[in-house]
Amino acid sequence: MTTEPVLAAVDDDAAPLTHHQLRELYTLMAAVRHLDTAAVAWQRQGIIPGYAPELGQEAAQVGSGYAVDRSRDFVFPTYREMGVARAMGLDMVGYMSTHKATWHGGMYNPLESRFAPIQAVVAGSVLHAVGWAHGQTLSGAPEMGVAMTYFGDGASSQGDVHEAMNFAAVMKAPVVFFIQNNGWAISVPTERQVAGGSVAARAAGYGIPSLQVDGNDVVAVFEATRSAFAHCRAGNGPVVIEAMTYRRGPHSTADDPGRYRTLDEERLGAGEDPLERFRQRLLADGVADEAFFMEAQRLAEEEEEAVRAGIEVLGPRPGAEMFSLVFQEPTPTLQSQATAWREESEHV
Amino acid sequence: MSETITALTGTGETDANVQHMSMQLALNRALDEILADNPKSVIFGEDCGRLGGVFRITDGLQSKHGEDRVFDTPLAESGILGMSVGLAMAGFHPIPEVQFDGFAYPAINQIVCQIARMNYRSRGTLPMPITLRVPSFGGIRAPEHHGESLEALFAHVPGLKVVSPATPHDAYHLLKYAATRPDPVIFMEPKSRYWQKGPVNLASADMDTAAHDAGTDSGGNLTGARVVREGRHLTLVAWGAMVARCLQVAELAAEDGIDVEVLDLRWLKPIDAEALATSVGKTRRAVVVHEAPLTSGLGAEVAQLITQSCFATLKAPVERVTGFDVPYPSGDLEDEYIPNIDRILFGIQRVLEYRRG
Repeated sequence: MTTEPVLAAVDDDAAPLTHHQLRELYTLMAAVRHLDTAAVAWQRQGIIPGYAPELGQEAAQVGSGYAVDRSRDFVFPTYREMGVARAMGLDMVGYMSTHKATWHGGMYNPLESRFAPIQAVVAGSVLHAVGWAHGQTLSGAPEMGVAMTYFGDGASSQGDVHEAMNFAAVMKAPVVFFIQNNGWAISVPTERQVAGGSVAARAAGYGIPSLQVDGNDVVAVFEATRSAFAHCRAGNGPVVIEAMTYRRGPHSTADDPGRYRTLDEERLGAGEDPLERFRQRLLADGVADEAFFMEAQRLAEEEEEAVRAGIEVLGPRPGAEMFSLVFQEPTPTLQSQATAWREESEHV
Repeated sequence: MSETITALTGTGETDANVQHMSMQLALNRALDEILADNPKSVIFGEDCGRLGGVFRITDGLQSKHGEDRVFDTPLAESGILGMSVGLAMAGFHPIPEVQFDGFAYPAINQIVCQIARMNYRSRGTLPMPITLRVPSFGGIRAPEHHGESLEALFAHVPGLKVVSPATPHDAYHLLKYAATRPDPVIFMEPKSRYWQKGPVNLASADMDTAAHDAGTDSGGNLTGARVVREGRHLTLVAWGAMVARCLQVAELAAEDGIDVEVLDLRWLKPIDAEALATSVGKTRRAVVVHEAPLTSGLGAEVAQLITQSCFATLKAPVERVTGFDVPYPSGDLEDEYIPNIDRILFGIQRVLEYRRG
């Protein structure tokens, strides 16, 4: 008989969120909602060539990103973590530049922002998180930094996720595996993707404690992430969090969900809007009033305008960067290709 | 072959810095020193720790440097290479091992899409100082997937550098050099040469070769190719285990009055185009020898580089003597597949007898 792995007791920081923090969470979610919706519009207007919306996942992303300690933790995103990036305070023009086709990994500095370059291979960065986390163990600092790796129900089918969970458990690496189960991997629903119905359930097989949370409840997500971080930081090894949410929009601006799900199915599956739900809760608890929500919306619009302006003036990178950023020590072959390119493109 | 090399090099038993050792020991010693020199270097892979590796390349390193520096991983190559990326991001210098060439395939996403691109993707903020050791090539009667030559595949990937030593001396110095580079290096070890002994000058990367004595050795430079035997009539270009075989061929050809130069390419990316131009510019004939299959093999790249620099003076088209376009065969047929002395001699003959139509 094996016993179900459990999370270590949470530490003293686990105080309830203050009203200020709750309002901050709402402000972040509102900013993310507005920026996300705007980015789809930018694509339709031809400002950016493509975008992968996270509509409906604001609570999962903001709630988890809000728990990150930027002085010591590190986040490993895929390509749909705009809300996490915003909650962690990234330079959003730098983040959005990947969707402007400026630079694949984004123009932000990953080391300073503690947010790895945008990753287009699903599950590609899950193992990186394990390596980074094991590095924290090897460095031997007390209250160590924690790696949080994001992936979805679709990516959970990748073999790298198995390897990562197994490695992390064997090495007791401080990793939070944060799964956003948003119901869809492009056109394939979870029931045809995840055998057994739950990614979190798999954690037990590795002896990893897991939490399945309502991914549309920002407070629940934050608290789950905070307790997972405390568990990891104390040297207890990895944690799996599965945030149950819903991808309300298309997979990307090139996608057409009408080909694989009806609007009725969408309404039914999506459930309550996480932003509206949080708004009602703050109102009911007397944490915020209408004036606050109006101000949050105004700030979100102001921010979106600034990010859009930044994106619009973002010109193409100098072509020489194609060559100069491949290696730290460029090869002679590459240098001669760069020279030939410069001459033949009349960029001399 | 080590005797031949020793004879050729004329290395002094007199020089205390020159020791005779196997390539296995030379690599082991290099890793030991890398761990001692750089506290951020870590060695890991399947059976690298307690066992010391299936080829004993990491023998004794765990007990000497501790389990934090040299450790066993679960049996999963993608995990080993993916973990290397994260460790590099955390400031470490990973030296992972893929136990056998053919098992690099399960890790191909991590090697090609991640390790090779992270410096680029991150605009130079996340360098990948990873030295991936891969026991490579055939010749040891091993099971399937234990005798592959992946150099063309790795060399084709932007962001990777590829090197293969042919001698214990080069194994020692090139590994130490690779492990101090800020870019990812695929280090292809010729597993059939692990147990051959040769002189290793521990104090200097300079080879005490006859060429060196004559002041013409290009081997002091760890970034380029190395002339291992000087000749006037034809250049044999090789790397890894094929270098020793080409030296044997050169000895036999000499009996017929054919003076063969042997160029050990060492770096398969970047290729030392200048060394090719210099050597073939002199000999005006070239044969490339490799174990990998012919089609789209690195021999084609070498032939093009030679043609580019030496077209006007070439006496014959560059010949290729290689493995065949077949899956690497079972041990019983291995000797039919790997370029042998006769096939290399036939290649030399074709080049020497070539007449312009």
